[in-house]
Amino acid sequence: MERHLDQELQELNKDILKMGTYAEEAIYKSIEALKTRDKELAKNIIDNDVNVDKLELEIDEKCIDLIARYQPMAKDLRFITTGMKLNAELERIVDIAVDISQRVLELVDKPVLKPLVDIPKLTAVAQNMVKMAVDSFIKGDIELAKKVILSDPEADRLRNLIQKELVEDCMMKDASTAPRAVQLLLITRFLERICDHTTNIAEDVIYMVQAEVVKHHPEKLK
Amino acid sequence: MSKIDIKDLNLFYGNFHALIDVNMSIKEKYITALIGSSGCGKSTLLRCINRMNDLIEDVKITGSCMVDSQNIYVEGLDLVKLRKKVGMVFQRPNPFPLSIYENIAFGPRIHHIAKGSELDSIVEESLKSVLLWGELKDRLHRNALDLSLEQKQRLCIARLIAVRSEILLMDEPCSALDPIATLKIEELMQKLKDDYTIIIVTHNMQQAARVSSETGFMLLGQLIEFGKTEQIFTAPKNERTEDYITGRYG
Repeated sequence: MERHLDQELQELNKDILKMGTYAEEAIYKSIEALKTRDKELAKNIIDNDVNVDKLELEIDEKCIDLIARYQPMAKDLRFITTGMKLNAELERIVDIAVDISQRVLELVDKPVLKPLVDIPKLTAVAQNMVKMAVDSFIKGDIELAKKVILSDPEADRLRNLIQKELVEDCMMKDASTAPRAVQLLLITRFLERICDHTTNIAEDVIYMVQAEVVKHHPEKLK
Repeated sequence: MSKIDIKDLNLFYGNFHALIDVNMSIKEKYITALIGSSGCGKSTLLRCINRMNDLIEDVKITGSCMVDSQNIYVEGLDLVKLRKKVGMVFQRPNPFPLSIYENIAFGPRIHHIAKGSELDSIVEESLKSVLLWGELKDRLHRNALDLSLEQKQRLCIARLIAVRSEILLMDEPCSALDPIATLKIEELMQKLKDDYTIIIVTHNMQQAARVSSETGFMLLGQLIEFGKTEQIFTAPKNERTEDYITGRYG
């Protein structure tokens, strides 16, 4: 039986997808701005944050409205509460992309420290994790959600590699590189945080689909 | 600790199989809710617990219902004693057309629980238990039929308390009440749970979710799922429970 609530949940699904697309784009563009030293692109991400904040509030309001009007239960309740959590996580991801863009603005007028090899790799991992996490929510796909969580160690590995390189090959060898290296270290840290947010999303999706809490219980993923 | 244990309970109204192999254990001093669509057997099951179905013609019951480890379906059981222990509150409150005082005193008097001034104390204590004493203490001799619906329902609960019932069966106790009166009865149930085992049949799923600790979902005479209320309403194990509580069925 098609319920009116089903249509409203579809709308919520679309809004979350839109939020996910904003997040993916923001990550990609922030690193693209770093690679191409594009001040305008970095500023564009910072300026667009206000639209993302607006969408976040709209989604929150919609979720609260659905709870108040329908008093949803079981999977409807899990879907809406997970939607609210995803909304907050995705908005936070966009905020981090804004943080990255601000670091980019600090760097663009300074000489290039080193060719960017692993940061774009870490960016690709983060971007893919966001895409998979949002898709897992839209499709209710547990396997995809698990894949997100299992991708996190690769993000950690790349972060460690980049940190080691920046500290040992740049900062320790030539102290004058420190201001630029610190900015890149921060960007690396931000990218890794994005990956952590996607694992939160994936854990919430698993709860939404099978009503099992895997957060803080990694053994349940096996 | 379980107060009521129902085992392999089947009930037939003539040829109609109204309860099918019901098994459930109801914990002492818990509020247990029974939910399900109309005609699913939840009120029939409730009425099995104080043998109210015995009053219906052509009823056949098999299996057992243990109250405090005693099968209430054994031959020769004292039904008056049973119904004193297992009291019932109905959809529409049904006070006697007597004074407020006499409504409460009636039970203790016929059960020889108290007489004289002892009755006064029982009336006071019972009305205090349902939070009616403050409102009614100065008009105890007014006709109970003049009370509001919510007050009448509280009075009916007080009558059970007066005869020292241990189990309160509530069949849609709030369906005739407005939301504020409903809330007050629900608050009262939470208070009573410390001393009584309460089983409530309700069509209102939000009410079941709010007041009960355990919930059973019934469908076509079967107890489909029984578990902690929180689990039933957030993560039911059975698909038919899921469909019912999310409004996809029923």
